[in-house]
Amino acid sequence: MTRYLIPLFAFIVLAAFLLVGLTLNPRQVPSPLIDKPAPVFLLNHLHEPDKVMASGDNLGKVWLLNVWASWCVACRDEHPLLVQLANSGIVPIYGLNYKDERTTAVQWLKRYGDPYTISIVDLDGKVGIDYGVYGVPETYVIDKKGIIRHKQIGPVTVDSLQKTIIPLLIELQKEA
Amino acid sequence: MLKPHDLYSFVVSRQLSSVKGLIILFFLLLIVPSAGWSKEAIPVAEDPEVEKRMLALTMDLRCLVCQNESIADSRADFSNDIRREIREQIKANRTDQEIVQFLVERYGDFVLYNPPMKPTTIFLWFGPILLFIIGFGSLIVYLRRRREQIEEVSLSEAQLKKAEVLLNENKGKKV
Repeated sequence: MTRYLIPLFAFIVLAAFLLVGLTLNPRQVPSPLIDKPAPVFLLNHLHEPDKVMASGDNLGKVWLLNVWASWCVACRDEHPLLVQLANSGIVPIYGLNYKDERTTAVQWLKRYGDPYTISIVDLDGKVGIDYGVYGVPETYVIDKKGIIRHKQIGPVTVDSLQKTIIPLLIELQKEA
Repeated sequence: MLKPHDLYSFVVSRQLSSVKGLIILFFLLLIVPSAGWSKEAIPVAEDPEVEKRMLALTMDLRCLVCQNESIADSRADFSNDIRREIREQIKANRTDQEIVQFLVERYGDFVLYNPPMKPTTIFLWFGPILLFIIGFGSLIVYLRRRREQIEEVSLSEAQLKKAEVLLNENKGKKV
């Protein structure tokens, strides 16, 4: 009996591994920045280029940093959700306009709606490298102490908002 | 420099028959472009030393966008940025270790094609050896058991004699 059971058992174990492997997304590389302080930046605003924003300006509140670009197709998918989230007032969203052109970026926001409290410009992608950005869109949840608590790689979805991001936001807002 | 015109006058001067001359001319012309039109390759960067170090470093780094390519090979925008970043850091006199550390802090161990030994990568490093030992061990156990299963059959006197007769039967004959 064991003669047949052992290969069967081995097959089931192998099949289970492969099945789990099928559901994993190799594009989602866990970020080493989770639970680390958000990298410091000092960037010009998109709409008012002579104003600057520093990463430290948001200390004391929970906020989202959404990396986007007008050339990014997947950004268009998540954009209505971001607009809704901004309108709900749950959390302020800051946009990091990544390697884009100012005029097209401004037009893009006019066309699809502007969910961002402030949009800042990362023209050469330097801040992008500091944040470990490798595929736009990416969204960072940053807590009151300026620590990155979550990173959404790829577009925000209804599912990721309901299951992960919003519960996390509510929890973080309770923290002192 | 050899010019098509020189080739033609060479062929004509030999007073070759027109068809033969044209054929030779045709083949001679094939050589001309490579000699005349090739250019010096444009240098990739101002500083070849920086470029050499950058290439050596990026050869062992993974492009996160096209994951089966190294940053040295990849033409993705992401890799262009990383290459530029590394060039700048080399010019700023940072060591290779510092540069790799810089990238690992931002992108994680996944950027390294040669992963470090850590609690999370233990299975990656020793998994194959472990699987080999398990496989080799079970092969040995299996072979031992099989040997035990094959009983040593002892022959009786009569059987031995019969076998000898059978073996001798064909002796001397053509096999």
